[in-house]
Amino acid sequence: MEFVVHLRSAVSLLGRFPALAGVDLDVAPGEIVLVQGPNGAGKSTLLRTCAGLLPVVAGTAEVLGHDLVVDRRTVRRRVGLLGHATGLYDDLTVADNVHFWARAAGAAPADAEAAIDRAGLAGRLHDVQVARLSAGQRRRTALAVLLARRPELWLLDEPHAGLDVDGRELVDELVKGAAAAGATVLLASHDLDRATALAHRSVTISGGTIVSGAPADVAATTAATAAAAEVAHVS
Amino acid sequence: MFRDAALVAGKDLRIELRSRVGLNQVAPFALLVLVLFAFALDPDRGVLRRATPGLFWITVMLATLLAVQRSFAAESADGTRDQLRLSGLDPAGIFLGKLVGIAAELLALEVLLLGGVAILYSAHLRELQLLLPTCLAAAVGLGAAGTLYGALVAGVRGRETLLPLLLLPIVAPVLIGATSAFEAALGGADLTVAQGWRWLALLIVFALVYVGAGILAFGSLLEES
Repeated sequence: MEFVVHLRSAVSLLGRFPALAGVDLDVAPGEIVLVQGPNGAGKSTLLRTCAGLLPVVAGTAEVLGHDLVVDRRTVRRRVGLLGHATGLYDDLTVADNVHFWARAAGAAPADAEAAIDRAGLAGRLHDVQVARLSAGQRRRTALAVLLARRPELWLLDEPHAGLDVDGRELVDELVKGAAAAGATVLLASHDLDRATALAHRSVTISGGTIVSGAPADVAATTAATAAAAEVAHVS
Repeated sequence: MFRDAALVAGKDLRIELRSRVGLNQVAPFALLVLVLFAFALDPDRGVLRRATPGLFWITVMLATLLAVQRSFAAESADGTRDQLRLSGLDPAGIFLGKLVGIAAELLALEVLLLGGVAILYSAHLRELQLLLPTCLAAAVGLGAAGTLYGALVAGVRGRETLLPLLLLPIVAPVLIGATSAFEAALGGADLTVAQGWRWLALLIVFALVYVGAGILAFGSLLEES
């Protein structure tokens, strides 16, 4: 199977220091995978590494079929990252921001407008400067940018943070919609109830390595499930 | 590359239009500097008139620092630099776009300051066919060097004080060339207009070198800073 994310003993650097210390991870197309772990475990670093923002210095790292060591620029174009920062220009309006990033990604103005509408920002917020928005409204604008760019791999770092109930439901809808449309989603969250309900499976990261849900665990679980099914079938 | 440059330049100019920092802060600052020079040298009107080209270009240099810092502050805030790297925009296009944004602001400011020196310093704006290309070449040169060094210090702590330390020595040839070309055009020194054109040629070479260097190096700077 061609994985969207395929990491083997991947080591990435944050500045001069190792941030991921030998990560093994496979994510299949259309999967929604929750990355959980304590603060400082390496969740954000894993997402930033998959986005091609941090250099991989050892191991194997392929995203969307491209080697992160040699071809990070191609990967970057095809992924969308919603991190703790929103990546918005304060002095521009909601529409300015979404249109700019959409055009940068080669999307049409109609896609940008549709994304603004989908994120619940049409109407009075459309032409408001981002500096005047609440934290939740900024988050929605960042979501609209992500939608407009139509990435093949969504990397969401605490996507529910700072959002009201409607906003959190919107995130869930968008994630499910993206996966249904064939995109793959890797999300890190502390809101485990909501994120677990959303994800197809989860992996746990600690100290910069995957401690559960790594490919070897998944293979063992799959084998055990298959064996149990075989036993049940025989008996 | 040029499509990306137009996109980034449009975005930067729109930021300026929406924020009005250039209009409300940079332009008044530059005019204030001209006024302060006038106060300092007013007792001797002859000195003021002779020093007009130098004072003009020192004012433009100071405004350049503000324009460059402002341009890269927008790319340092709230994860915009990461988004820029994820956008797929050609780094050379980003460089050219930011250069065009800064140069356009400087050009507008230079036109304003020309009016300022005409009124405050009683400068006679002759040889416009030399003055205006000098303004354009200097704006491109300052914009190119400013964009390169702005990107270089963007991720560094203390970048506000580091930028002038790095940039001002680098753009000294622009100060010298543009001042000399202005002296030739305004007729206040021993320089002839023909010599002024030679100084303009120096400005054009400076601009071309820094535009070329920026196109080649900006991708690495965007990654490293």
